[in-house]
Amino acid sequence: MILVVCEFDTKLKKSALEILGAAQRLEDSVTAVLLGTGAGGVALQAAQYASQVLVCEDALLVGAKNMAQAVSDLSEQAEATLVLMAGSRGGREIAPRVAVRLDAPYLEDATVLTNIEGGLQIQHYAYLARVTETLEAIAPIVVCSVKPNTQVVAEANSSAGEIFEVKLELTASGVTVLGRTVEKTSRVALTEASLVVTGGRGLGSPENFALIESLADVLGAGVGATRAAVDAGWRPYGEQVGQTGKTVQPNAYIAVGVSGAVQHLSGMGKSKNIVAINKDAEAPIFKVADYGIIGDLHAIMPALIEAAKKLRD
Amino acid sequence: MKILCLIRQVPDAEAKVKAALGKVDLDGATMALDGMDEYGVEQALRINEGGANTVAVALGNTRFEDAIRRSLAMGLERAVHIETDLLLDVVSQAQILKAVVLEEAPDLVFVGGQHADTDSQALGAALAEALGWNQITWTTELTLADGIAKATHDTDDGKESLELALPAIITTQQGLNEPRYPTLPNIMKAKKKEIRKTTPEQYGITNSKVRIVSQEIQERPRLNKLLDGKDPVTAANELIRLLHEEAKVI
Repeated sequence: MILVVCEFDTKLKKSALEILGAAQRLEDSVTAVLLGTGAGGVALQAAQYASQVLVCEDALLVGAKNMAQAVSDLSEQAEATLVLMAGSRGGREIAPRVAVRLDAPYLEDATVLTNIEGGLQIQHYAYLARVTETLEAIAPIVVCSVKPNTQVVAEANSSAGEIFEVKLELTASGVTVLGRTVEKTSRVALTEASLVVTGGRGLGSPENFALIESLADVLGAGVGATRAAVDAGWRPYGEQVGQTGKTVQPNAYIAVGVSGAVQHLSGMGKSKNIVAINKDAEAPIFKVADYGIIGDLHAIMPALIEAAKKLRD
Repeated sequence: MKILCLIRQVPDAEAKVKAALGKVDLDGATMALDGMDEYGVEQALRINEGGANTVAVALGNTRFEDAIRRSLAMGLERAVHIETDLLLDVVSQAQILKAVVLEEAPDLVFVGGQHADTDSQALGAALAEALGWNQITWTTELTLADGIAKATHDTDDGKESLELALPAIITTQQGLNEPRYPTLPNIMKAKKKEIRKTTPEQYGITNSKVRIVSQEIQERPRLNKLLDGKDPVTAANELIRLLHEEAKVI
């Protein structure tokens, strides 16, 4: 049996549908786990994709420590052989703790999952996404996090799974949340966009990001930024692409005024097409580009926006 | 306050990584202290000015000694090197490091947010669980007072500020501080600082729970069709045409 820890807000997040999909393809018996405030509200949705759904809304289900205790307790009770979690930032701070609690092998950020006798084999990226590694773990129980946007989402089963409310024995974790900032965007979510337009330090000023936004709006694309642009305070953190930001893999990634540092490439280097606009012909981004224009972005971007508008109309 | 910094030696971010016969080949690659770990070293030196009660802890092969010396040259007081050629999974690493942490009894342990070789973000959280401690991952701001840490860290959709009691694990990243460069006198001094050597076997760990089956470099061939932007309108029209007709992405 596979235990799938689902992320949700008012409905299941895409990451949850992806790991439920991965679980369905590995095994028939799938248990969805919904932990935290609002879990009951998404139980019916989860029941479409799992043979059973475990729900717990305990107010102490905050922080990685308590979440990990909940997941490991439930996986032992359910006699799971595999625990799947989203490879989101949140998932990747809980999953290792679950593995330690279960004394289980931990496979991290899988892009491909394959059953093997007595365990699991995965592929994932290593060396700042320059290397593809195949790993395997053979053990009574394995913990695995799954890279977002790498799995086909789950399909509804012919009959809905049973929903159970579960009780957990948790104590206060000792972590107090003082405040939260959620960055909202009116555009398509970066990690779900099939086109992404990203701006870097080459734009020269935060105002010039209007060029990025205009092109993105004409193309229906998501907007990204480099670490340098975010660090300079030009753009919100949620738009950051790279080693310390989001990983994207769109049909086309349009990098404008982006030099192409390794840390940035590790977040977008798997894009199907890479397009670069930069005045420096030696910029590393051109080495990985399918298409590009070498020239002054301030002159090229307005022309590009016009050309894209013409095509759209 | 006593502070441990977990550090690792990794291929330089700019280095070309080679693979042959399904295995990454690091012979001749430039190796360096993991950039993500430098933020923890720097933060430790800002908390304990002069480096008193700051210890580098490294779990890895002989070559890790370069990274250890670098952290000592930045200013850490001494080091513990658990020397091994074994490539251990993160849970086994956490079990060994737990024992070292219990020996050293620090108030705070810094761990790099993501390692530049395994691309793993797991070590901080795994060590925290092994110790039964709390953690703050991807930390960008940290203040300490009266045994309480207040921190801001990045989440999937924004930021979060947290407060927790020490001891704790803090994983670090760019934005927390600007790591210093070692000065020449400090590089000389670092050569004389103590590195205590030990092995995983002393902590009862002899094998990994995860096996590396293969390592491949899968580079997507790129078309590299680059246009001259001297005439911006012509170049822009041609690029849009290529994206529409050839790549079929718009």
